[in-house]
Amino acid sequence: MPGWVVSLIAPFIVLNAILGIVTYVTLLERKFAARMQSRVGPYRVGPHGLLQPIADAIKLMMKEDVVPDAADRPVYNLAPIVFLIPCMLIFATIPFAPGLGVADLNIGILFFLAVSAMEIVGLFMAGWGSNNKYALLSAMRAVNQVISYDLPFIFAALVPVLLAGSLRLSDIAAAQAGLWFVFYPVIGQLAFVAFIVSTVAAENRAPFDILEAESELVAGFRVEYSGMKFAIIQLGEYAHVIGASFLGALLFFGAWAGPGPEWMGPIWFLLKAMVVFLLVTWVRWSFVRIRVDQMLALSWKALLPATLVLLIGTAVVVVWRTPGV
Amino acid sequence: MSTVAPSTRVELDYTGSERLTMNMGPQHPSAHGVFRAILTLEGEEVVGIDAMIGYLHRCHEKLAETLTYAQYPSIASKTDYVAAMTSEFAYVRAAEMIGKIEVPKRAQYLRVIAAELQRVASHLLWLGTWCLDMGGALGGGATVFLYCIREREFILDLFEALVGARLLYGFYQVGGVRYDLPPGWTDTCRETVDFIDRRIDEYQRMLEENPFFLVRTQGVGVVSRELAQEVGLSGPLVRGSGVNYDLRRTDPYSSYEDFDFRVPVETGGDCFARYRVRMVEFRESLTIVRQALEKLPEGPISSRPGLKSVAQIRIPKGEAYARVEGARGEVGCYLIADGGPKPYRMKWRGASFSNLAILPHIIPGHKVADVVAIMGSVDPVFGEVDR
Repeated sequence: MPGWVVSLIAPFIVLNAILGIVTYVTLLERKFAARMQSRVGPYRVGPHGLLQPIADAIKLMMKEDVVPDAADRPVYNLAPIVFLIPCMLIFATIPFAPGLGVADLNIGILFFLAVSAMEIVGLFMAGWGSNNKYALLSAMRAVNQVISYDLPFIFAALVPVLLAGSLRLSDIAAAQAGLWFVFYPVIGQLAFVAFIVSTVAAENRAPFDILEAESELVAGFRVEYSGMKFAIIQLGEYAHVIGASFLGALLFFGAWAGPGPEWMGPIWFLLKAMVVFLLVTWVRWSFVRIRVDQMLALSWKALLPATLVLLIGTAVVVVWRTPGV
Repeated sequence: MSTVAPSTRVELDYTGSERLTMNMGPQHPSAHGVFRAILTLEGEEVVGIDAMIGYLHRCHEKLAETLTYAQYPSIASKTDYVAAMTSEFAYVRAAEMIGKIEVPKRAQYLRVIAAELQRVASHLLWLGTWCLDMGGALGGGATVFLYCIREREFILDLFEALVGARLLYGFYQVGGVRYDLPPGWTDTCRETVDFIDRRIDEYQRMLEENPFFLVRTQGVGVVSRELAQEVGLSGPLVRGSGVNYDLRRTDPYSSYEDFDFRVPVETGGDCFARYRVRMVEFRESLTIVRQALEKLPEGPISSRPGLKSVAQIRIPKGEAYARVEGARGEVGCYLIADGGPKPYRMKWRGASFSNLAILPHIIPGHKVADVVAIMGSVDPVFGEVDR
């Protein structure tokens, strides 16, 4: 098969697999949250509610698409797509097994982090284009939050990079053949905690969901969205969380490493990503929401200096342990 | 020199930043019913608030003039529908005070049991919705909310076994109560009380060991002792500001002097102090229920048994003001009787109405997110505010 055909088919497969996973992850989260709250969760559509995501998707597709009169139409209509593209693009560099991925760039992790920060453009467009005061406040919060938490997120993600000595994601995964980075003494655990906290914050999940903040801002930047546009925003948000969960599993849990034959690799990777995702979900359903000024203080006064010190400390350890330096 | 502003509109001095007027309510996820606040914002900070009520006005006081003393208690429960027992209680007490009607001891104890269980149910709903305001329906708040609703169900089950209704009861009657305890109710009630007592410890640990909960509540919405008294707060709000005022203690009614309980007082005046007061009240109410079940005397449940028609109760000419300590504070009923089967005039003193008046005084200067936290800590029920 010529190379360009492969480059067309591989993204198509990955994109559809991601869409399927994202759809069903909503069910996983709802079931998990229901267990935490001593409920049953979705149960009616299909056995154990297994068809619920499909029913939801059909419902959202059939909803009327309302555009506010005062909205800035081009910006308003474009925002969900601008939001969705970076959320899907982050999967491009993730290798799901040795040699199995869309593009194994030599700057894979930089690509991931850079693209993942671009979701803010879509968020702000949605908040601004809706011409709604709640949405506008939410958009302003979004800028605050993403800027403050992307830095600790990047610093925490760079710790495994230093330990592995490569920016290529498959190299980082391969470097954990002996020891998963989450078990690396002290540094690994601290970096993982920082990674989880900044993931929760950078993905706008509760307790940092001040963008959505439905008890203050009703639904934040997507308050005016309905039907399929709402679904696309929702899809993008979940895709982003799943992407970050895959990254977490790759950076700290050795990606596809696990017992069993080689074809089990992607399955192990998916399971580990789901563990990271459930960890984020667990945090989400246990905390009350933090206020915007407290959130900024937490990032700039605590998390950012801490991750920076951790990064420098890791660098020192790596240099110290490298023979011949 | 009064510190209380003449209108509900409060706005801080202009600092030069651009201001945005944002309408919050009457239809808003955390409006607790139909409260409308027109906020003036400088970025995230609230600099002005205009609080508006009246969206749930149902002419309750006029309605009371058209209903007999036997009919109205069932309707009185619709003012404060979250703690329905207390409004009935205030109304029948006012009628009894005018008519100098004796209430048998057993009926008094049954009234206390119902009122205290109602307080627990109401506080459970408050805790759940307050955490929902702060934590969001898609976050940790929903978890606390669902736990609290689960426990509240057990109390509603007890009321259902007692009265047949789960939300609006009509349990209190002039001269006593309408129903005696069904067989086995006492044991179920004891089990439920013990169960909820254990669960409340769990919630307290869950919330107070949570740093996010603490930073959201401590130092937020501080009400000074002077302001609390000047605005006329009552219930957990005034006790959270360091005033030791509980009608069950200062003006005992319905045999409350027979029971041994503590009145919690916190001096912080912030949302956390109000939360602490209510958490202690949970346990004290459960203690009172236990004592009342223990000491429950035998005897008739009403001094006016066998009601043959709704117009049978006639109250002689006179007027009286009766007050009870509801879940939200002092619930008062001013009644003027003219000798007929219906009152001549009736006026409610809603605890939520008076408590809500504190909002314009404490909200300016806080962030948008604090508005919902403060409003939740006031625990208004709009059926009682607008009546």
